[in-house]
Amino acid sequence: MATLSVQSVSKSYGSVQALQQVSFELDSGFYALLGPNGAGKSTLFQLLTGLFAPDQGEIVLNGLAIKKDLPAALAQMGVVFQQTALDLDLSVQTNLDFHGKLHGMHKAVIKTRSQVVLAQLELSEVASTPCRALSGGNRRKVELARALMTEPKLLLMDEATVGLDPASRATLLAYVHQLCDQQNLCVLWATHLIDEAEAAKQVLVLHKGKLLAQDSPAQLIAQTNAASLLDAFFKLSGETRGMEAKVARL
Amino acid sequence: MATRHWPALVAICQRETIKFWHQRGRLLSALVRPALWLVVFAAGFQNIFGVSIIPPYETYIEYQVYVVPGLLGMVLLFNGMQSSLAMVYDREMGLMRLLLTAPQPRWFLLFSKLVAGTLLSVLQAYAFLVLCLVFRVDIPWFGWITAFPTLVLAGLMLGALGLLLSVSIRQLENFAGTMNFVIFPMFFISTALYPLWKLKESGAMWVYYLASFNPFTHAVEMIRFALYGQLNLLSSLVVLGALGIFFLLAVWGYDPQRGLIQRTRQA
Repeated sequence: MATLSVQSVSKSYGSVQALQQVSFELDSGFYALLGPNGAGKSTLFQLLTGLFAPDQGEIVLNGLAIKKDLPAALAQMGVVFQQTALDLDLSVQTNLDFHGKLHGMHKAVIKTRSQVVLAQLELSEVASTPCRALSGGNRRKVELARALMTEPKLLLMDEATVGLDPASRATLLAYVHQLCDQQNLCVLWATHLIDEAEAAKQVLVLHKGKLLAQDSPAQLIAQTNAASLLDAFFKLSGETRGMEAKVARL
Repeated sequence: MATRHWPALVAICQRETIKFWHQRGRLLSALVRPALWLVVFAAGFQNIFGVSIIPPYETYIEYQVYVVPGLLGMVLLFNGMQSSLAMVYDREMGLMRLLLTAPQPRWFLLFSKLVAGTLLSVLQAYAFLVLCLVFRVDIPWFGWITAFPTLVLAGLMLGALGLLLSVSIRQLENFAGTMNFVIFPMFFISTALYPLWKLKESGAMWVYYLASFNPFTHAVEMIRFALYGQLNLLSSLVVLGALGIFFLLAVWGYDPQRGLIQRTRQA
């Protein structure tokens, strides 16, 4: 059974068709959801997290249908949203405590888990610092720590590196790859940056609400006779190199 | 394994309380508004608004005494709307997503927000009662205890209205509209400042009928009676009914399958 199964999912906002008949399955590993801005990545994440309901289609996480078993499915999910979702007035530790309690965790478990994730992400020293005083990179790390508090089976990262400097981006990306290897985690990493997709187990190419391909970077390059993953994207999407501004190389 | 609900409720209440503690000016402004009405408005209109003996009062009362339940209602009303504003702020800041992606039933998350907001409302209402004591407004001591359930019920009802409004308010800028179209009409077309019979006597019949159906009127009357150890059954039932309707509509509004939130791109 796949960890995450998305079958024939469509979603529109009024006359705008955000997603059209999107289907894919994911097991453990690092998956990159690649597409330019407006491709439908955030909409897909909103459907995966139950914030919105699809117009049609079904999403199943470890046998739990999002539509019917949303709380149980969310309990297995860790999410880092594109827009920072930290309470900036509260300390790092209080943000983690709040999240743990929202997930119904016991006080002792929250304490243990928060110590573990803060240490893993080298955030222990700033545990009592208000999030407002942290750098952008550290805020993202706190959000990742929070998502990992509940030991999720599926980690959703929605353009989590937006606004970060190259070094922070590389660190965050490397850490999530390491997590995948160590914890048998399924990560869906939405990005419009080609270099973030290059080391993925598979790349899901999303363009104008349609899933154009799902394969390993090497296979995508081979199938399209492209010179690089960037070229493969252009060939698949039918876009010209002018898109480079949208699908950027570091 | 089912997710435990209690820690989530406690966490949401704690967060709201901590935030309130950080915004100490909020308590001050919550008290200054009704205090001005109590001290300035009530003093100015003391001799203009003669209040005859009407239940629950057993004797002639000062106008200051009459307006206290209305001003308690004002504290609850403004805090209910403040909670709505906080929901819109959380949505703009992305924090709403965090809440709505917690593994709890959505109705329970909204209920927790409602309880947290009501907790702050009731605290502020009691802070205002302390102020009444300072200004020597004559309220029976037992009223502090007997009014408690009605303050909670009225706080829940007005908080549920705030939750419902937050479904359709997309941006913080739109909140001014809420002030003009919800808070002011609800407050002024009620018995907060003048009894219903005054409206009837003055011939303002449409205002009289609107005030009669206004749930805020019933919240104020419920509190007024409770301050004197009496139960206003009709008003209590109306407030309870309004609470049920507002909360169910808010839950529907936040339902990703059916509600108004479904029609927006922002959650």
